[in-house]
Amino acid sequence: MDSIISIKALSKTYKSGFEALKTVDLEINRGEILALLGPNGAGKTTLISTICGIISPSSGSVSVDGFDIIKDFRKTRSMIGLVPQELTLGAFDTVWGTVRFSRGLFGAKRDDAYLEQLLKDLSLFDKKDSEIRALSGGMKRRVLIAKALSHQPKVLFLDEPTAGVDVELRKDMWKIVNKLRNQGVTIILTTHYIEEAEEIADRVGVISNGELLLVEKKDELMQSLGKKQLVIDLKEPVKQIPSSLEEYNIELNDSGTQISYTYVVKDATADVSEILNKITNSGLLLKDLKVEQSSLEDIFVDLVKEES
Amino acid sequence: MNLTAIKVIYFNEMMRFWKTLFQSIASPVISTALYFVVFGSAIGSRIENIEGVSYGLFIVPGLTMLSVLTQSISNASFGIFFPKFTGTIYELLSAPVSFYETLIGYVGAAATKSLILATIILATANLFVDLNIAHPFWMLGFLVLTCIAFSLFGFIIGLWADNFEKLQIIPLLIITPLVFLGGSFYSISMLPDLWQKVTLFNPVLYLVSGFRWSFFEVSDVSVGISLFMVFLFLAICIAIIAWMFRTGYKLKQ
Repeated sequence: MDSIISIKALSKTYKSGFEALKTVDLEINRGEILALLGPNGAGKTTLISTICGIISPSSGSVSVDGFDIIKDFRKTRSMIGLVPQELTLGAFDTVWGTVRFSRGLFGAKRDDAYLEQLLKDLSLFDKKDSEIRALSGGMKRRVLIAKALSHQPKVLFLDEPTAGVDVELRKDMWKIVNKLRNQGVTIILTTHYIEEAEEIADRVGVISNGELLLVEKKDELMQSLGKKQLVIDLKEPVKQIPSSLEEYNIELNDSGTQISYTYVVKDATADVSEILNKITNSGLLLKDLKVEQSSLEDIFVDLVKEES
Repeated sequence: MNLTAIKVIYFNEMMRFWKTLFQSIASPVISTALYFVVFGSAIGSRIENIEGVSYGLFIVPGLTMLSVLTQSISNASFGIFFPKFTGTIYELLSAPVSFYETLIGYVGAAATKSLILATIILATANLFVDLNIAHPFWMLGFLVLTCIAFSLFGFIIGLWADNFEKLQIIPLLIITPLVFLGGSFYSISMLPDLWQKVTLFNPVLYLVSGFRWSFFEVSDVSVGISLFMVFLFLAICIAIIAWMFRTGYKLKQ
């Protein structure tokens, strides 16, 4: 697949000696939505800030659409929009003023029609003459998004875009993200809300302690690392699992009314129908059954635990 | 060069000036009027002419310099400090803008504001004294160079300061005393020998002296030296800023 951002052996050590990024390699595909997951202090914001030019890398290189972020910073930065994590806005600027300022700062020609449409899409148009200090937190977040999109970037970075945001804005935000994806914009987002990554991302990267533990297509990740659990309610309680089932990793709950079998999805040796047959033949009377799938969150927690 | 970016930074900064137009104009007008009432009329009437110039007239260049220096520093330092303080600096750092374009935008705006202010002060002074400028071209030259040099200096302070105390400390503890002791309100020939020599180490003396010469053809040091000192100060500020930009001092981690 065509890569738009290419990160090679990128490292960042702060003056304090803290190693925020340890030789990170990553290819980000054109037009994809990549979710970066990781606990606080994992290096997500450092990675984003380095690509955007806010932090200087200690070593390694990053190119955007074939241009180096340091040598050709004008070209790379004009392709990038960034929505920062903090609500950093000039309190006394008006919404319209700050959005126009951003567009000009990125060297784009004045285009009031585009900016008007952008503000309408973000439900900000009726606030365009309001001072930013008069806006609610959610509105300020929308202004930050409008600023990031003011120069029509090819790549959009969203750093924890839904932290402290109400449900309505979160839904709006994902609508906008979908619309941008359809327009071919590449989106990289960091989030703590794993269900969001699960819902909208094409690929998921997991960062912990400055290292990129993995980057995989979300579906493949769910398949390769995702676990399923077959849970069976019994008609009559039993004291122990029948001996014919001992070879399988089957657990019985304390009251003896439920058994569960956990298996890795991609594990070909686990044949669920065979196990179901064995269970039926063992004399256990089935009342009900369900299959539960592990979420991206479970996978993420397992990965980070392994790492630490 | 990203001219659009320079333009938006410049006009954004100027907007701050227009938004607070009343304070921006009222404050220098009132303080200049007060200086004239106190030094020009009340005390000045008892002071003899200095080198053939009446005291009320003599203090005009010094008064203008006092405001230009402090306002250039405060405008430029606040201009770059505020985005650092609020965090909006992220946008400047992530924009396709070089450090020099940022500098031109911020310092250009600060210097323009000081120039407007100086014009207002001179106009106010003209209400109290009959102001004749002997060398208008030189006067404007000294004024513009001083506005730029001290706006650059303010920009350095704004980059260096990481809190409001630091932002205030240099204008308050260094610049104001240097202006008062740099012959703004007197000729250094009125000082004892030793203090005349000490005053020669005060860079503000050269600015005020050159500026005063352009008004009355009266100066403490030669005009050539004054001009050289202005350019030297300008060069030092540019060198410091070039170093700051190269190393990303206090801007980039």
